[in-house]
Amino acid sequence: MIDEKAITDFIYLEAELLDTMQWQAWLDLFHPEGRYWMPLEWQQQDPVLQPSLMYEDLLLLKVRVERLAGERTFSQKPKSRCHHLLQAPRIVACDPAAGVYKARTSYIYTETRGDLLERYSGWASHEFVEVGDALKIKLKRVDLVNFDAPFGNIQLFM
Amino acid sequence: MAKYGQNADAIAALVREAEVHRDVYVDPEIFELEMEHLFPNSWIYVGHASQLGKPGDFITANIGRQPVLASRHTDGSIHVFYNRCPHKGVKIASEPCGNTGKFFRCPYHAWSFKTDGSLLAIPLKKGYEGTGFGDTQANEGLSKVRNVVIYRDFIFARLSDDGVSFEDYFGESLSTIDNMVDRSPEGKLAVQATPIRYMHTCNWKMLVENQTDTCHPMVAHESSAGTAVKVWKREQGSSTETPMAVQLYGPFMSPYEFYEQSGIRIWPNGHGHTGVANSIHSNYSDIEGYLGQMVAAYGEERAHEILGEVRHNTVYFPNIMVKGAVQILRNFIPIAVDKTLVESWVYRLVGAPDKLYERALMYNRFINAPTSIVGHDDLEMYERAQEGLKSNGNHWVNLRRLYESHEEQDVTAVINGTSERQMRNQFHAWAKFMTMDMDKRAEAAE
Repeated sequence: MIDEKAITDFIYLEAELLDTMQWQAWLDLFHPEGRYWMPLEWQQQDPVLQPSLMYEDLLLLKVRVERLAGERTFSQKPKSRCHHLLQAPRIVACDPAAGVYKARTSYIYTETRGDLLERYSGWASHEFVEVGDALKIKLKRVDLVNFDAPFGNIQLFM
Repeated sequence: MAKYGQNADAIAALVREAEVHRDVYVDPEIFELEMEHLFPNSWIYVGHASQLGKPGDFITANIGRQPVLASRHTDGSIHVFYNRCPHKGVKIASEPCGNTGKFFRCPYHAWSFKTDGSLLAIPLKKGYEGTGFGDTQANEGLSKVRNVVIYRDFIFARLSDDGVSFEDYFGESLSTIDNMVDRSPEGKLAVQATPIRYMHTCNWKMLVENQTDTCHPMVAHESSAGTAVKVWKREQGSSTETPMAVQLYGPFMSPYEFYEQSGIRIWPNGHGHTGVANSIHSNYSDIEGYLGQMVAAYGEERAHEILGEVRHNTVYFPNIMVKGAVQILRNFIPIAVDKTLVESWVYRLVGAPDKLYERALMYNRFINAPTSIVGHDDLEMYERAQEGLKSNGNHWVNLRRLYESHEEQDVTAVINGTSERQMRNQFHAWAKFMTMDMDKRAEAAE
């Protein structure tokens, strides 16, 4: 039985997997039809016919993860690291009968590489599906507070 | 110490037949001179008329470092101004776009201007009576950029009063813009999406050169495009249809021979494009219903002619690149000698199926976003070059691939697609537009 604590535990675990660079374990949190979405517009509704920074299915996420470990991935010499500082997730929906689970988490994300360090603030919105007794990510949406600003390289995952 | 100011010979000496001096990328004085001479002497992209749909609509942009403002006047005409109040210099518009209503109003002292830039009103106007205000430049309203040409809805401006005409400046290179517009069954493009913005800590010219550098994709992008191809091969299972995403990434891994035979075309004044015979955009899947629309609009022969032109990257000197086949324009906006803002715009083909727009938006985020795995490695190369060029071991950057002695300048030619001739072409134009007004200015100062 999925309860609210299971949802928050999941979100904390996800952040820990990203911070410890356990990319494969992170990918395993996604449903096969799951998506990772970074909108480029305020309160954006459409990931396909409106511009996004990222809108990626599992195939594309796998490409990213494999690339990070590649011998000729020059932008990862030296490698990036990241840190997620999360506010306690707010449960938006936890309805086992309907199979609907949603949460919204405010965060500060830090990505560092070499001597450089960049900070980003935003909100992560998770939508889950239940597979067996476990939650899987159907959609992870990350909205940056300054989505419209020009960034340098963002190479890892918020 | 100033080495280059008003010294046209010293600037010209930075560009050799097939080498350029590193100062063009790293010297702050050269950057200042580019802002003062090169950008004002060139025709610069300001925006697209579809961003100014109705009277009162405006957009802001920079030409070099100078802020400008374009607006749609009540009579439908488009005007470009310097974005500063004639009173104290305050920027009239601070947002990328918007609608100002019937007039612009400066937020500092409420001077107001019609949307053609003329002065409308000043509060407490009597304070200027008998002061000679009528003879000042301020009385004319917003300072106008006089040389503005709107070509098939693309707004270009040249700040210098004197210089090369729009037609002579771009010449036949406008055929890439033509092809992009013609790809709409209605012959019309629309900007509906905010651009993807990406900050680069490198000189703007590195980005421009890279647009026709066909010997880097299979090297620098092996980690992204190569991995995409590899993962797809492994994961595709029984699927026979290659996803749009893999179709976009895959061609970056094309071998040298592919780029050699696809060709480069150069034009006078530093313009040129890759992908003459074919390109990385040649083999995308057909989109249902599109060809039928095009044939209905243009006839069988013309429709195939339009869609058969699949140019890769067209550089419009000095600082934009256009991809007709995927309806993208990248604007390389100089901020400092080692800082460049890249804004990548997608145009929607009016009347064409949504799927084409979806593909263009996807391409833009795959390749041109700060989250792009292709962009990551490009930026890494530029940053390393910006650092490496500080070395005194060698003052010259080598552009000699497929160089032939006594190459003609300012000509139209089609050449081997791995040539660095388009980069040489750009630097010839660079020296020309940097120095063309220098002697005159020196005289004027005397």
